[in-house]
Amino acid sequence: MAPNPQGDAFPLTRHSVVAAAQGRDPEERSRAMDAITNSYWRPVYKYVRLRWHLEREDAEDFTQDFFSRLLEKDFLASYDPAKGKLRTFLRTCIDRLFMNQLRDAHRQKRGEAAVHISLDFEEAEHELAASTQNGSAEDYFEKEWVRTLFALAVERLRVQCHAAGKTTQFAVFERYDLGDEDSRPSYAALAEQFHIAITDVTNYLAFTRREFRRCVLAQLRDMTGSDEEYQREARSLLGVEAK
Amino acid sequence: MKFLPDQVVVRLQTEMQTPDLSGTRYRALELLGHGGMGTVWLAQDSILQRPVALKVLAAENSSVDLAARLMQEAVVLARLEHPGIVPVHDAGTLADGRTFYCMKLVEGQTLDHYVRKLPLRERLRLFQRIAEPLAFAHSRGIIHRDLKPANVMVGPFGEVLIMDWGLAKIMAVAGASSATDQVSQHVTDATGLSSIASQVSEHESTRTDQAEHATAHGTILGTPGYMSPEQERGEVNLIDQRTDIFAMGSILQSLLQEPPGSPESEAYSRPLRAICAKAMSAEMSARYPSVQELAADVRRYLDGLPVSAYRENIFERTARLVSRNRVAVVLVLAYLFMRLLFILFSRR
Repeated sequence: MAPNPQGDAFPLTRHSVVAAAQGRDPEERSRAMDAITNSYWRPVYKYVRLRWHLEREDAEDFTQDFFSRLLEKDFLASYDPAKGKLRTFLRTCIDRLFMNQLRDAHRQKRGEAAVHISLDFEEAEHELAASTQNGSAEDYFEKEWVRTLFALAVERLRVQCHAAGKTTQFAVFERYDLGDEDSRPSYAALAEQFHIAITDVTNYLAFTRREFRRCVLAQLRDMTGSDEEYQREARSLLGVEAK
Repeated sequence: MKFLPDQVVVRLQTEMQTPDLSGTRYRALELLGHGGMGTVWLAQDSILQRPVALKVLAAENSSVDLAARLMQEAVVLARLEHPGIVPVHDAGTLADGRTFYCMKLVEGQTLDHYVRKLPLRERLRLFQRIAEPLAFAHSRGIIHRDLKPANVMVGPFGEVLIMDWGLAKIMAVAGASSATDQVSQHVTDATGLSSIASQVSEHESTRTDQAEHATAHGTILGTPGYMSPEQERGEVNLIDQRTDIFAMGSILQSLLQEPPGSPESEAYSRPLRAICAKAMSAEMSARYPSVQELAADVRRYLDGLPVSAYRENIFERTARLVSRNRVAVVLVLAYLFMRLLFILFSRR
């Protein structure tokens, strides 16, 4: 089962993605699990690399194993959104799974999971090398969670813009908001590059930022365990009153 | 999925924190600062082509209560039309769900920065100007509750503005309810914000009926160092204009502090210290009954007259009279000296 790289397949309902994953409808459940895997595998992989100092291959096996168990063994059944954030629950599950495997000396069984999930560990390894690691592994997990949230939202925005024939708008956003600080172009330079007026640059950025905000909220819904958590995260992390 | 470097994540997060002004006449230009409840943004009013300040509720504070409080601040400001109180132009809810209001962009310095190099008498005159808008607010039944030097702005021409009315308490005064209703109706008409207007209306009508509802008894609101004892004890029901007079006493006390290295001056004079002490009495009944009387005492001091807060002894009275009538005293002394010389020479 390959996670959807766009992360936009999960229907944007008011129901929590976790509730869908815990539900009885197999199709909805499968899509919900896809959404969770797609959103969390990177932070999980990077977290075990840092927290438990696993070698690359061991971390890959562990991540595969973790998400396989999440699918097969109904880990999420024990998650109660009222007791905490989804990501905190998942992090606790990771730590417990690791400690159990250590205790049972079954680490060699990692990678024998019946379900193999296609995950791009090579890319995650590059990202791990490129990101700064200050603070605890738990802080790092939080930071990676935010990074993944934004990265998946950017993908959503890209797909959305392309579908709507607004490729220039996305390109302007990509150049201005996603580029390096050092090489950040001026509005005039962007206008010249894309053969548009400077006012268009302003309008395009306003449009894409507004849409990006929506994409982040949509993605956030897939990455939180309950409406309350979603609302709370939207307020504290993004500065918006989510609807 | 494209990897986003740390700096891009931070930039996007900052971008997300920027208020979504789509659908409004404003364009965010720059973050000016963080207040107790929200952020203040420099924005451009695209219709009137002028810079304005937007106060937007902080994301982490976006509860219904705080949204209503921010809206109440806007309503309070709208009610207080005075040159010493920043005018509010607009209020509403942004596309991202955050409550905001738009006010005049105030350029200048906060009081604590502005007074650093001013001589004492200039500082005292400035203090009197702070008292004017405050007295006006009190006359409209509004208590500021968070007066401090950081909440007083002094403009480039020396104009004084009292800022940050977010903790203001609306006292029960005749006509307050109808005024609130009118303001709420205006907000509803202008922006379609019936829910917020009704929140404000509910808050205010309850306040008018029960003195204070939104701030429950026992809640401590204010800034340490400028808070009156009744505020520190959370005795919300006791709060009235004398609470602001306590804070004015604290401000006066801060204005009396000479910069390090300055020679000892009249800032240490007993009448001024007595004025501070009276304004900052622990007992509310021992404070000045109105801010006008506090300002009048400061004016009497500046005019060389006895102040109500201090009973001077004969020496102090003489010294004050001499100081006040310096020219006359010099002339009399000169006359007496000349007279003495005349007598001495005439005897020879």
